[in-house]
Amino acid sequence: MRVQIQDYFTVFYDRMPDLVNGLYEHVILTVLAITLGCLIAIPLGIVLTRISVGWVRSLTFNVTNVFQTIPSLALLAMLAPLLGFGMKAAIVALFLYSLMPILKNTYAGFDAIDPDIIQSAKGMGLHSFQRLIQIEFPLAIPYIMSGLRLTTVYIVSWAVLAGLIGGGGLGEIILAALSLNNKPLVIASSIMAMILALVADFCLGKVVELFSKRSQPKTQQI
Amino acid sequence: MIKLEGINKTFDDGYEALKDINLHCNSGEITVLIGPSGCGKTTTMKLINRLINQSEGKIYFDGEDISDINPVELRRSVGYVIQHVGLFPHMTIEKNIGVVPKLLKWEDDRIKTRVNELLNMVGLDPETYRQRYPSELSGGQQQRIGVIRALAAEPPIILMDEPFSALDPISREQLQDELVRLQKNIQKTIVFVTHDMDEALKIADQIVLMKDGVIVQQGTPEEILRYPANDFVEDFIGQKRLKQVQDIPTVGEVMNEKPVTISPTRGLAEAMKVMENKRVDTLIVVDNDNQLTGYITVYDVTQAFDNVDQHVKDIMHTFQHTINADMLLSNAIRMMNNLQTPYLPVVKDDGSLVGVLTRGSIVGYIGTAYPSVKEAVVN
Ligand SMILES: Nc1ncnc2c1ncn2[C@@H]1O[C@H](COP(=O)(O)OP(=O)(O)OP(=O)(O)O)[C@@H](O)[C@H]1O
Ligand SMILES: [Mg+2]
Repeated sequence: MRVQIQDYFTVFYDRMPDLVNGLYEHVILTVLAITLGCLIAIPLGIVLTRISVGWVRSLTFNVTNVFQTIPSLALLAMLAPLLGFGMKAAIVALFLYSLMPILKNTYAGFDAIDPDIIQSAKGMGLHSFQRLIQIEFPLAIPYIMSGLRLTTVYIVSWAVLAGLIGGGGLGEIILAALSLNNKPLVIASSIMAMILALVADFCLGKVVELFSKRSQPKTQQI
Repeated sequence: MIKLEGINKTFDDGYEALKDINLHCNSGEITVLIGPSGCGKTTTMKLINRLINQSEGKIYFDGEDISDINPVELRRSVGYVIQHVGLFPHMTIEKNIGVVPKLLKWEDDRIKTRVNELLNMVGLDPETYRQRYPSELSGGQQQRIGVIRALAAEPPIILMDEPFSALDPISREQLQDELVRLQKNIQKTIVFVTHDMDEALKIADQIVLMKDGVIVQQGTPEEILRYPANDFVEDFIGQKRLKQVQDIPTVGEVMNEKPVTISPTRGLAEAMKVMENKRVDTLIVVDNDNQLTGYITVYDVTQAFDNVDQHVKDIMHTFQHTINADMLLSNAIRMMNNLQTPYLPVVKDDGSLVGVLTRGSIVGYIGTAYPSVKEAVVN
């Protein structure tokens, strides 16, 4: 079949239900992976700032780093036998990828807080949980959010690979289209993934801006 | 009263930051800790607030060992201005000031009123500044907020670690005056750290001079200036200030300690009799508690003499100016000159009369030699 230029436009219309469904699954994959990542990595990052034993910290960073460096395809291939094919395995893989950047940024966010501020909070009689909630967490939020933004963009693009293990999402459409040599559909679903990444980046960027506007800690300069 | 007894502090790395510190900070007084960098001033403050614990010794608040008090509770009852202000950058000024009141579960309205009151007190318009973030304030303004934040919940004890260090000399003096004025009303127990001897002399009731983790000398500004314990103290005070002070007597040394007084309830004939006997033309009026209430002159008495119902209190005038026994004679003479007054009553802080400085007593003093004994007040 010959591909005509207008096919690249009509494909959006013809395959709309598939594309929307793929996009929906893609969002679900990303959001679940990131949420899991946050649930584990943010508390872990906070715990790490409280641990004075150096080797625990470096061990944790090294382990999460390892996940990061395993090639994505290899990781998926490794997980498939363990967790089977499908969305579950895909989410676990993406979640492992998200750990490192979220952890790193959470740690950096807490680490960057001026010790004088902590001291002053302590001196005023906030106990450690109040300090965490009222002082440290709000101050670290801009860092955590920018880590989240970066991670989200990565995960959106890596989620395309989830198609390889039947994880659903736009990746699956791309793979199917490739095997059928349906170029318009390949392009269309890739564009959808791209737009998703851009939109996520833009929205989270706005959120980061909102958070960091208030808390530029100029106090430290005295 | 805060009492430190035999305090030693050795840090984990083995550094001995404080050695056998014994210190009393009287209630309602400003105790100033002063000394070169690294001598242990901040460490002492942190011990009082239990931010760190001493290696040896005990600290008492009004006789209660503070190691028996829950540290979080303790800190809420101690206002603390840390050395580098430490405002919370993510909270508005209003929220920053309200942190401790909020912890103590004050009502929102009460916190708001208090915040406005405090901002006004340090000359920052609440409308303008309440909603700002610390980064939108100058360094000096931030320090003011640091100070009022410590006052917010009206703690009985306030620790201030170099609270005015980032200010220009003029605002610094303003805030010092402000603090002294404020302290007259609030009567808190304040421990104040500074590097600046002028600041210490200006605000202190007691000065504690420290060096390398020990107290070198402790005393009133007057005692420190007059009887520096050793060369270190002299150097720290500076030759210029010493010279200024040591040759000049205070009002207390020169004044007439037995002024002729009369009670406000006495009759006028009696007043006249006293004036005749003591050969004076003015009587100082003090009540039964020796509180200075005013004065009467012979002219007033003769004017009203025929009226039998009149008593001293009915014709008495009040003093516009009084002086303190610690005042330097040179300043007192300047004051008498400016006011064109032949005498000034000398009172204690509580308003009770201790003497009167007259032109006669000044002339009498000039004939005598200056005291040459140099007593050291060493702790
Ligand atoms: N956590 C710590 N571990 C080890 N040594 C410390 C610690 N904190 C303070 N010191 C040391 O204790 C000494 C006293 O410190 P401190 O902060 O009390 O000085 P300071 O009198 O407040 O000085 P400055 O005027 O510079 O603020 C210093 O030599 C300091 O290096
Ligand atoms: Mg200090």
